Amino acid sequence: MAGHTKYTPTTAFGKWMHERLPIYAMVQEAALDFPAPKNLNYWWTFGGILSMMLVIQIITGIVLVMHYTPHTSMAFDSVEHIMRDVNYGWLLRYMHANGASMFFIAVYIHMFRGMYYGSYKAPREVLWMIGVVIYLIMMATAFMGYVLPWGQMSFWGAKVITNLFSAIPLFGDAITTWLWGGYSVDNPTLNRFFSLHYLLPFVLAAVVGLHVWALHVPGNNNPTGVEIKSGQDSIPFHPYYSMKDLFAIAVFLMFFAAWLFFGPNYLGHAINYEPANPLVTPAHIVPEWYYLPFYAILRAIPSKLGGVIAMFGSILILFALPWLDTSKVRSGNYRPIFKGFFWIFAIVCVALGYLGSKPADGIYVLWARILTAYYFAHFIIILPLLGLIETPKPLPASISDDVLAKSKAKLAPAE
Amino acid sequence: MKKLASLALAGLLIASGAAMAAEGQKTAKDVSFSFEGPFGTFDRQQLQRGYKVYKEVCANCHSMRLVKFRNLAEGGIFNEEQVKALAATYTVKDGPDASGEMFDRPGLPSDAFPSPFANDEAAKAANGGAVPPDLSLLTKSRPGWYGTFNQLWNGIGGPQYIYSVLTGYEETPAELAAEQPEGKYYNPYFGAGHWIGMPPPLSEGQVTFDDGAPNTVDAMSHDVAAFLAFTAEPKMEERKELGFMVLIYLAVFTALLYLVKKKLWADVH
Ligand code: HEC
Ligand code: HEM
Repeated sequence: MAGHTKYTPTTAFGKWMHERLPIYAMVQEAALDFPAPKNLNYWWTFGGILSMMLVIQIITGIVLVMHYTPHTSMAFDSVEHIMRDVNYGWLLRYMHANGASMFFIAVYIHMFRGMYYGSYKAPREVLWMIGVVIYLIMMATAFMGYVLPWGQMSFWGAKVITNLFSAIPLFGDAITTWLWGGYSVDNPTLNRFFSLHYLLPFVLAAVVGLHVWALHVPGNNNPTGVEIKSGQDSIPFHPYYSMKDLFAIAVFLMFFAAWLFFGPNYLGHAINYEPANPLVTPAHIVPEWYYLPFYAILRAIPSKLGGVIAMFGSILILFALPWLDTSKVRSGNYRPIFKGFFWIFAIVCVALGYLGSKPADGIYVLWARILTAYYFAHFIIILPLLGLIETPKPLPASISDDVLAKSKAKLAPAE
Repeated sequence: MKKLASLALAGLLIASGAAMAAEGQKTAKDVSFSFEGPFGTFDRQQLQRGYKVYKEVCANCHSMRLVKFRNLAEGGIFNEEQVKALAATYTVKDGPDASGEMFDRPGLPSDAFPSPFANDEAAKAANGGAVPPDLSLLTKSRPGWYGTFNQLWNGIGGPQYIYSVLTGYEETPAELAAEQPEGKYYNPYFGAGHWIGMPPPLSEGQVTFDDGAPNTVDAMSHDVAAFLAFTAEPKMEERKELGFMVLIYLAVFTALLYLVKKKLWADVH
């Protein structure tokens, strides 16, 4: 089905162009005719959703910059000017602020999808690692963006996070001062965060390009984890998956719109509607929801340096995941024990997020310590051992076989 | 994998909005407002009354610097003529003029509400060391209650917070009387601990409403809280209206996409 039709220009202009810049041939081969496994489920639509969210963030961001003023004495008011005076400014700003949350929801689903179906395993290690780089850049971008409206949580969040670097032995204080551009979080800090917040999304777009390139070499993984073996197993990306992705994007946009129009401030912090005040510390400094699991890990470790190492380690360990998982079978569908541990891990991540939102004392710290230990154990102990002791279920001979068996089971009357 | 969706959603809900109440703060009284819920709209009459309470009482101490007079017309609270007249009753500092002097002039619809004090220091000096916070965004920055799901269904309770502070003054409990700071009042609803530097601002019958509506402390507090919800989010009605149009459009579009997708995939086995 996925016969790789070679592009041949049909018009005179097409020919002329093809000899100079064969861009249409590239689009046809890399996007339109790209052979994809025919059994991809809806968890595979989040790549398309993420691309759309990146575009939405960039477009709304660029228009916001036209009205935003990066100065400590004006930033807060300029955001309110956007909310009150700019035509549809409230829409732009709420799209951008809620868009960041939607972006993270999509990326978390996308990553857990990869973990469940073993999409990080050979030959997709580089694809996975580029994904982790994307995630890191997203975190940095959203962190600096959150500082821009210069509310109380913007200021104190920036202060707490940049202060982490002072835990680095010997150079810690010097590094923090260098990051701040002074001896406290102040106008130079806001300005550099603004500059980097504008820059990083474009770096992100370039890295997404690498991600897609690294995807096109081995091709998509799929729910069986069995590679494409013949033309029987695949269908061209367009129109099959372009259409399916579009439908999923529309559903996701409805979810986005529900937040945007009917609860635009729920995912943020009320206190950020109070202008930054270096003299008044908020009672609870809490990061945005998407950082909470890492915040819990940070505070679970009694030493500051230890906490910082654990926090960064909890993300960096994802780079090693392709080599920590020793099982040859990709898909969790065929790994009965792994499946259970996968869900436990997912629940542990959510629970860490909950603990990150609570004060770091008493029972909360105790739980954060236990779950932090489990988080690392999942990667360092459970995954390496599971691959050695688990007996996987038999894999289907091919993707087609699996699809046929499933549609037969559906057609056969239940006895 | 279906579980993933519910898990992701649950995680999101648990993790967000999980700020916590200050020590001993009482949960705001759950009075209802006309603008609650996806269909709620502002009650113009009430906003007019709330404005009057703000102007005659609160404006003596609290600024509202992000709001401009014209916003009252844009929000349909008063018409343009009324706003022009109302702005002119305020004195606004302008200048410098040709000779380099600052001068006073009557307000214009494009002006922001003038602040009662020149700076925070002056405000502090006049209020026993406490700065009366700017009221423009207070209903968005002050939660009346907490809890992840509670805030999801009921909002953060900002207008209820204002209402509760205004109506929440109580006799100092005997066991706390000894530690009552000079010039502070006991108010268990106040977010920064129960000692508040604001003397009870409203008293029975203080403001007379043109529409003859009741002017008990309770009614005036409700009206001014509604007005401050408007000043914090003047585009709320526009937002909800557009939201419905967008959702209906997306629903139809999504249904069509689904049908096309289904037809297209019918022959893939
Ligand atoms: C006499 C001056 C004065 C008047 C009049 C006044 N306030 Fe206040 N208000 C203050 C001061 C001072 C504070 C700060 C109290 C503190 O921090 O202890 C305050 C605090 C508040 C708070 C609590 C804010 C917070 O930080 O959580 C609210 C709500 C409030 N005022 C609303 C009003 C409203 C509404 C009116 C009009 C009906 C009003 N005030 C009239 C002086 C005043
Ligand atoms: C990866 C994509 C991006 C993410 C995840 C992101 C995230 C964020 C976040 C979380 C905020 C704070 C929102 C708030 O609470 O107000 C913010 C603000 C802002 N962002 Fe972005 N952003 C992205 C891309 C961009 C781009 C490309 C630009 C400009 C070209 C931009 C310009 C701005 C501006 C001007 C603000 C301040 C206005 C405001 O606070 O609403 N952003 N961003």
